[in-house]
Amino acid sequence: MENNVAIQLIGVNKWYGEFHVLRDVNLNVERGERIVICGPSGSGKSTMIRCINRLEEHQQGQIIVDNVELTNDLKNIDQIRREVGMVFQHFNLFPHLTVLENCCLAPMWVRKVPRKEAERVAMEYLEKVKIPHQAKKYPGQLSGGQQQRVAIARSLCMNPRIMLFDEPTSALDPEMIKEVLDTMIELAESGMTMLCVTHEMGFAKTVADRVIFMDGGQVIEMNTPDEFFNHPQHERTQLFLSQILAH
Amino acid sequence: MAIITEKALPSLPPPAHTVGFKAWAKQNLFATPTNSVITVLMVLFILWALIPVVQWAFIDADWAGTKRTDCTSGGACWAFTLVRFNQFIYGFYPEAEQWRVNVAALILAVGLGLLMYKKTPAKAYIGLFMVIIYPVIAFILLRGGFFDLPVVETSKWGGLTLTLVLSIVGIVASLPLGILLALGRRSELPIIRSLCIAFIELWRGVPLITVLFMASVMLPLFLPEGTSFDKLLRALIGITLFEAAYLAEVVRSGLQAIPKGQYEAGKALGLSYWQSTGLVILPQALKLVIPGIVNTFISLFKDTSLVMIIGLFDLLNIVQIAAADPIWLGSQVEGFVFAAIVYWMFCFGMSRYSQYLERQLNTGHKR
Ligand SMILES: Nc1ncnc2c1ncn2[C@@H]1O[C@H](COP(=O)(O)OP(=O)(O)O)[C@@H](O)[C@H]1O
Ligand SMILES: [Mg+2]
Repeated sequence: MENNVAIQLIGVNKWYGEFHVLRDVNLNVERGERIVICGPSGSGKSTMIRCINRLEEHQQGQIIVDNVELTNDLKNIDQIRREVGMVFQHFNLFPHLTVLENCCLAPMWVRKVPRKEAERVAMEYLEKVKIPHQAKKYPGQLSGGQQQRVAIARSLCMNPRIMLFDEPTSALDPEMIKEVLDTMIELAESGMTMLCVTHEMGFAKTVADRVIFMDGGQVIEMNTPDEFFNHPQHERTQLFLSQILAH
Repeated sequence: MAIITEKALPSLPPPAHTVGFKAWAKQNLFATPTNSVITVLMVLFILWALIPVVQWAFIDADWAGTKRTDCTSGGACWAFTLVRFNQFIYGFYPEAEQWRVNVAALILAVGLGLLMYKKTPAKAYIGLFMVIIYPVIAFILLRGGFFDLPVVETSKWGGLTLTLVLSIVGIVASLPLGILLALGRRSELPIIRSLCIAFIELWRGVPLITVLFMASVMLPLFLPEGTSFDKLLRALIGITLFEAAYLAEVVRSGLQAIPKGQYEAGKALGLSYWQSTGLVILPQALKLVIPGIVNTFISLFKDTSLVMIIGLFDLLNIVQIAAADPIWLGSQVEGFVFAAIVYWMFCFGMSRYSQYLERQLNTGHKR
């Protein structure tokens, strides 16, 4: 059954021990949709997107990704992880492998692409994120912004249908944020389904179809960027926006 | 007040007194009066300690002779080590068959040399050959019984040959086992985790000498009547299991140092547990603990001399036996100095190689 829904969260609840971290989260993401998630620290943003590729396990409710439901069935988890790319705050590149090897590893071992082909595709994506000439270097030799762009390229090499971003620019020096955001904007324009946890409101305004505000493990408000920034409904949203737009 | 620099300064050579040997000595040996005094005292101390050693080992040494009384100069009696050299290397391995040991050693040396040399092509195949095919070749050569090679019982193996057999087999077999134990100890499956913890703690809690003694004396009591089980093989199994427990803890310390993000990145890319362990986690963890692993190997190499308590004639034991020969009575010091030099050469070699390897594997990722 092929339909237009990329991700569906239905009544998702999650606890860390006694701590109720996700509370009845409902979300429908359509193919090609770009969604920005914001909210104060500790509100459960990371936890929510990490549930989507099963880096965290939810205990109640349903998560359906690309028409496959996330259950304890390892086959489903593997299938979903192949289709969902993720970019982390701290890049998490493999320091013992070159940039090119970082990009080729998963395609070669998970998708069984021959090395030559994997390298060709990797170079294509490295070109797209504008660092093809660093392919033979190790991650430790690159700047933070370059590393994050490599991490994006590495995810794209698996040819995912959905990309998750967890604060991709929060660990970067200010002058490097733009180069990463530019890469993400380009990706958004290519029609990728994207979920981004970020506090870059400029990015949200330019590319997001919807903005989600989370607090205390709940989705408090969800709206188009226009409405969200100009007419926030909930007082917690208003407070949050006034705080982050203040500087 | 504003400061504006208009002209970029050219780069100049360093002042003369900061380069060269004289500058180095001044900076490092004679920087202050106290420093100079310490330097002079240390040089005097080294000379005071070294001169008698040189005198004993070289100036007053005897190199020729067939019995202890031929050594009359009062220094070292190297005649002893020269006469017994063959035995020190091969033990009681029949002289006519010793070429087999040499061939096995030669293949090993060439294989290791090729693997260590940076630019060797097709290293993976050489590595596979050395790990899978070479042990079979070495066994056929050393033990015989195939292709008209007469059988040489393992009880005849001895000297450096036996020391190397024990330590190389111990090293090669215990590392993979230790890695599996370390992974098992961090497993999410409680049964596997408990079994690994029990194994590690049991073997680490017992002295190697006890393990060897049990393997040699007690194991036969539990085996069914009539099954005999090569003594060397029993020692090898004991050493391997014992060292695997140590290595498991060394490897685990490396696994613990790998940030959680590395596991998560592997999962997010769709790698399976074994793929991310083998391709992402272990290469980094093992690199981190190279010093610890080599440390364990070095101590394993020297610990093989404990097999003397179960009656195997490794290098140290055979030196001791030779020195007890009535015609060489009093040559123990020379024998032990010889053994010490041989042990040191191998251990120092391992140590240097590990440092080289660490430098080679450094990818500029310093945390
Ligand atoms: N592994 C964990 N165990 C226990 N509590 C956790 C764990 N991970 C996160 N938390 C808690 O869950 C809450 C939500 O965390 P997170 O999803 O990381 O928030 P955000 O990304 O919005 O800052 C926080 O209060 C955090 O302390
Ligand atoms: Mg977070």
